[in-house]
Amino acid sequence: MSAELDLAGRVVELTRQLAGPGAEAEVVAVHSAEALTRFANSAIHQNVAEATTSVQLRLHIDGRTAGGSTTVTSAEGLSSLVERTLAAARLAPRDPGWAGLTAPTPLPAGAGFDEATAAAGPQERAARVRDFVDAAGGLETAGFCRTTYVSGGFANSAGQAVAGRSAEAAMDGIARFEGADGVARLAGGRLDAIDGGPLGAGAAAKARAGARPVELPPGHYEVVLEPTAVSDLIDNLATWGFNGKAFAQHQSFAELGAHQFDEKITLTDEPLGATLPFDLEGTPRDTLVLVRDGVTQAVSHDRTSAAEAGGVSTGHASAASRSWGPMATNLSLTPGPVTNAVPEEATGPIAAPARALVSRMRRGLLITDLWYTRVLDQKSLVLTGLTRNGVWLVEDGEVTAAVSNMRFTQSYPQALAPGAVLAVGADALPLPDRWSGVRYTAPALHLAAWNLTGNASG
Amino acid sequence: MSVDHFDEAGAAVQAALDAGARYADARVMLRRTESMSARDGDVEDLSSGESAGLGVRALVGSSWGFYAVPDLDDAAARAAGRRAAEIAAASARVPGPAIDLVRSEPVTASWASDCEIDPLSVPLSEKGDLLVAATAAARDAGADLAEGIYQIWDTRKWFVSSDGHRIDQHIRECGAGVTASAFGDGEIQRRSWPSHRGQYATRGWELVHELALTDNAARMAEEARALLTAPLCPAGETTLILGGEQLALQIHESVGHAIELDRILGWEAAFAGTSWLDLAQLGSLRYGSDLMNITIDPGLPGALGSFGYDDEGSPAAKRDAVRNGIWVGVLAGRDSAAMAGLDYAGSVRSDGWARLPMVRMTNVGLEPGPHTLDEIIAATDDGILMDINRSWSIDDRRLNFQFGCEIGWEIKNGRRGRMLRNPTYTGIGPKFWQSMDMLSSETVAWGTPNCGKGQPGQVGHTGHPAAPARFTNVRVGVRG
Repeated sequence: MSAELDLAGRVVELTRQLAGPGAEAEVVAVHSAEALTRFANSAIHQNVAEATTSVQLRLHIDGRTAGGSTTVTSAEGLSSLVERTLAAARLAPRDPGWAGLTAPTPLPAGAGFDEATAAAGPQERAARVRDFVDAAGGLETAGFCRTTYVSGGFANSAGQAVAGRSAEAAMDGIARFEGADGVARLAGGRLDAIDGGPLGAGAAAKARAGARPVELPPGHYEVVLEPTAVSDLIDNLATWGFNGKAFAQHQSFAELGAHQFDEKITLTDEPLGATLPFDLEGTPRDTLVLVRDGVTQAVSHDRTSAAEAGGVSTGHASAASRSWGPMATNLSLTPGPVTNAVPEEATGPIAAPARALVSRMRRGLLITDLWYTRVLDQKSLVLTGLTRNGVWLVEDGEVTAAVSNMRFTQSYPQALAPGAVLAVGADALPLPDRWSGVRYTAPALHLAAWNLTGNASG
Repeated sequence: MSVDHFDEAGAAVQAALDAGARYADARVMLRRTESMSARDGDVEDLSSGESAGLGVRALVGSSWGFYAVPDLDDAAARAAGRRAAEIAAASARVPGPAIDLVRSEPVTASWASDCEIDPLSVPLSEKGDLLVAATAAARDAGADLAEGIYQIWDTRKWFVSSDGHRIDQHIRECGAGVTASAFGDGEIQRRSWPSHRGQYATRGWELVHELALTDNAARMAEEARALLTAPLCPAGETTLILGGEQLALQIHESVGHAIELDRILGWEAAFAGTSWLDLAQLGSLRYGSDLMNITIDPGLPGALGSFGYDDEGSPAAKRDAVRNGIWVGVLAGRDSAAMAGLDYAGSVRSDGWARLPMVRMTNVGLEPGPHTLDEIIAATDDGILMDINRSWSIDDRRLNFQFGCEIGWEIKNGRRGRMLRNPTYTGIGPKFWQSMDMLSSETVAWGTPNCGKGQPGQVGHTGHPAAPARFTNVRVGVRG
């Protein structure tokens, strides 16, 4: 039994002792160790690590519910957690939305995790930063190298008891040249698969090719979005559209069974091996097909949204899911068919997964990254945001000019609507979470139109 | 509180020094949180949290290291100090320029924010009844979805540095809000009171009493429903009047982040971004019109970004950022200020014991102007009034922005006219601020409890005094 499962079990038992057998309790204990080596101006300037164990308790008693959490895991701290959560539940207004506890359910076969990544130290991260900086050939660089390890245990008063572990390594960096930035990112389960050298060289190639940009007028442009930009599309689709609470409350565009996307689009959530194999309600996680061949298949649920929508939990409960809704956080857009006509290009601004798509674009824009995207209308999922880290004009399959960053205002489902996806790249890139807690595996996309509504002049 | 944690913080600092650090500081932080959300007259979520731990920062040569642990005993603190020094030593593998720290007078001090009614002492039943009543009122008035929320943070921290600081602080923050949504054919309209996600401050529950959530909930529902059939905000260039709440976010995004010294120095280049500001122009660059006077004031009583000392031990001090439209100041820390050749710090904060302190906004706000909102409207022949933020987006240099508001009104011949739906406006920061030609005196210190920055991510609490203002030749009505 893992230390975290033991800890969770002790809190369930403590709750039974203090609240009586009628109380329903679920407990998650998580030990996380995150270390992040951050660099800017080609030097490590922030280098941090933390190791934390936290316990979250949710308690339902006499029709009332309360949650509590603590990082104080001494006997005194755990007693305090149970006592104050119990007191809160007894004073809280009634909770008609309580969806009960997860029954004992086995986990799917574990994917394992890399012990070396979990134990990686600051020297190993610094070595990768050194390689990134060196490969950029003297350009100014910035970014991070990160390793994380998580061990978790879940127990509830209905008898569910599960545990799991995961590890992740990621690198994300830019190179800068004459006001232009280029980016390269990579994530995975093993630090030894992260090589700072190729990432630094790729970012530098983009930066050099981005210098002296031209300004283009706003309008609808055909585009190739590199995987780094595609990750923003699928993140926002999952956060606002395939969110079970938004769906249950009719705030989402999603219609189950409807042909809402181009048939080239298949989007799944792939949590196994990437995170703990269960959610905060103890529901086992597994692959969830959100879109298959353009048809919306499912939305992500916790027990509450599932009960409201008449479905079952898909294992997406989180600390915030009752308020913000359950969201898929390990998104994978299925690559397109492999072609034989992929140009072999060692340098230049086009990331390898996008090269074949760019070679077939008659006139349009190659967009590396999207930035600061925010929802203007949730139902139609219209967002505004900006391009970042490199935009180029492509004519007859060749990059002909760097373009300054532009603002867009675009409905994401409309951009992927039937007929709107001209091609999906054959290679998908594993990309790290940068802020939202979402990780991605994404290919490049060739889209018929992207609505650019402003340029550097306004 | 009878127990202090100076000893543990001091042990961590000493261990870092013993391991080779030439400077170290440590914070022990205890935080209690509580939040509740309600929907359509029912409580949806009720959570409380307790977090305790120690974070230590070590400077070895010219390289930093930071380590954090949840254990508050002497041995764990010493181990954390040693670990921070080890991490700093690893940083030297990719070294940067020499790091100095501007002087921060060593002090032994204690500070607490003002609080009339301890928000954690208010019975949960009372707080729940408030959200239930407010959301029920909105629902009864026609909202398809009514949501309410309150949040409370109670933070105690003990700071020790190798320069001789010993400071403890107790900061209590809370706030609340209610939102009504109306669902139309393919779109959703939303109205929030008193602001997007609520109003927050370093105050007690008396703030929430003043917000009068239930009294305003029905009007929010009625306005949300009315917006469904209101005409769209026209597209084009016009005179724009912004309400104070929206102007607060405009300040946050297009001034507050732009004057963060770490961004200006390139330290956030890969993620949060840089700044369009160039230090060579500090003291001479025209940021806005003569009406634009922006101050940095962490000592402002009750505002959300207030404290007695920042997380490097620098005392709260008021400072000009923009005076008569000219850029004159930045948000700085001890190391960034030294690197920039400045002699002041005071804006370094961490969102918890497990996170590295970094340059953050405190209270960054606009000094009051000579007008009132009514006078501004009366002086406007043709324009649009927009208020209450709905969406925000700005580029990585803090220049090119686009905001959406919940509600707009036509202004014709000095009068407020028809309601407008989906109002948006876009522009370039300095051009926009230079067009500000009227500014109200009706200032409110709006609180923003969700400012994201840093890797690993940190969520900052910032304050923004702001009042309604008028801007000319602004592009409005951008849509997809």
